[in-house]
Amino acid sequence: MTARSSNIEPAAAPADAVSGSGALDPRAAIRDEIVAAGEPWMGTVAAGQIVRIVDLEGNQAVDTLFYNANDIEERYSAVDTIRGQRNIYLTTGSALRSNLGATMLTIIEDTCGRHDTLGGACSAESNTVRYALEKRHMHSCRDNFLLALAHHDYGLTKRDLPSNINFFMNVPVTPEGGLQFADGISAAGRYVQLRAQMDVLVLISNCPQLNNPCNAYNPTPIRILIWAAG
Amino acid sequence: MNSSTPHTPPSELWAETLKPGEHWSGVLRRGTSLRITAQEARANVAAMMYNYESLLERYNLADTLKAQHTAFLTVGCACYSDMGRILCSITADSCGWHDTICGLSDAAMVAAKFGASRFQDKRNEFFKNGRDSMLNELGKYGLGKRDLIANINFFSRVTADDEGSLHFDEQHCRAGDYVELRFEMHTLLVLSTCPHPLDPDTQYRPRSVDLRAWRTGPASPQDPCRLRCEENARGFHNTEMMFLA
Repeated sequence: MTARSSNIEPAAAPADAVSGSGALDPRAAIRDEIVAAGEPWMGTVAAGQIVRIVDLEGNQAVDTLFYNANDIEERYSAVDTIRGQRNIYLTTGSALRSNLGATMLTIIEDTCGRHDTLGGACSAESNTVRYALEKRHMHSCRDNFLLALAHHDYGLTKRDLPSNINFFMNVPVTPEGGLQFADGISAAGRYVQLRAQMDVLVLISNCPQLNNPCNAYNPTPIRILIWAAG
Repeated sequence: MNSSTPHTPPSELWAETLKPGEHWSGVLRRGTSLRITAQEARANVAAMMYNYESLLERYNLADTLKAQHTAFLTVGCACYSDMGRILCSITADSCGWHDTICGLSDAAMVAAKFGASRFQDKRNEFFKNGRDSMLNELGKYGLGKRDLIANINFFSRVTADDEGSLHFDEQHCRAGDYVELRFEMHTLLVLSTCPHPLDPDTQYRPRSVDLRAWRTGPASPQDPCRLRCEENARGFHNTEMMFLA
């Protein structure tokens, strides 16, 4: 898929936001962490900093939300993002918008090709609907989100879990309006790289779902790198 | 499954008309049905829904689409909360497609598209926008920006092509089109009649809609929404568990 360089609604991003980052050196990263399969992660990325999420072993859904670190009532909004770029898939050039319409981050590099923001996060309750009542006990992204929020003192709760991004997840929509969870288009080592346009708090669940192909039925670790503003 | 002429409700509870651009909120009890009728072509009704007994439970775009393998809503669909339960189901629909992925207009968009329009100049004809309309209503229940969920846009059809690019169907909603919602739990419903955010009309032309509510009782064992897919059978089960004596 070609880079999305011209949003119909202007995305308040610096002129170089869509250009690639060149070869960022992992040894120069200010943060470089592995998130094990099925685990949550929280961290902050300051305006201008670059964050890279690496799908280490391939086809791993990374459920992700962003909050304005200086005003947590402002957060990622899937529908504002879709509306702003007139397209349902995320890739290079996509401006990730907030519930107040501001650009929070811009995708500046994407070696996967496209990412989902319609599929949401799995939860114990939606698993009972989608698969079987007996699936309630299984670990889920919402449990990861809730536990991460409970252990951090940001004042965020279930109320603050809107529709998220699923990096590396493939949810094709047909022109007739069909929607399915398809086999992934990612592979080992593919990554997505974003530049923050504001100070953001990042909430991730490295998806533990075992009932559909979003993780190739085998959840695996991811790597998160953050570089200082350059 | 569409029928072209709406039947007359047997026991009407209330009816009212929303003016063009008006925002509205109200509580629809389990077993109540609501018909929304477009008075003119190209209406749009943005909707958000919350469990009135626990406002933390709310309409969930992703769970609704995933459970039913669809990217839009029509008759037979259930509107799911984030708790694996059903807020309402769509029991009749004359137009076949309701958008739920494009969100709302906002003040900056309305000003850019239609120009400035202030109360000082226009009095109550000033241009409304979807987000502020929702915030107006949400504030009446102690809700705010944190509760701006992905909404439904009744009567609007937006398709995605193979590359994911969106296309707004200007011919979709005709005068007299209607959709009927049967509420499966006590639901706070918040509505705005502002134009769809992707409607390319260069004039600000919101449309009036009629609301009509009546008592239908909950879904029967043979209800078409329940039988649409196994997922919905489980969604109704989860919902009914909440209302056991």
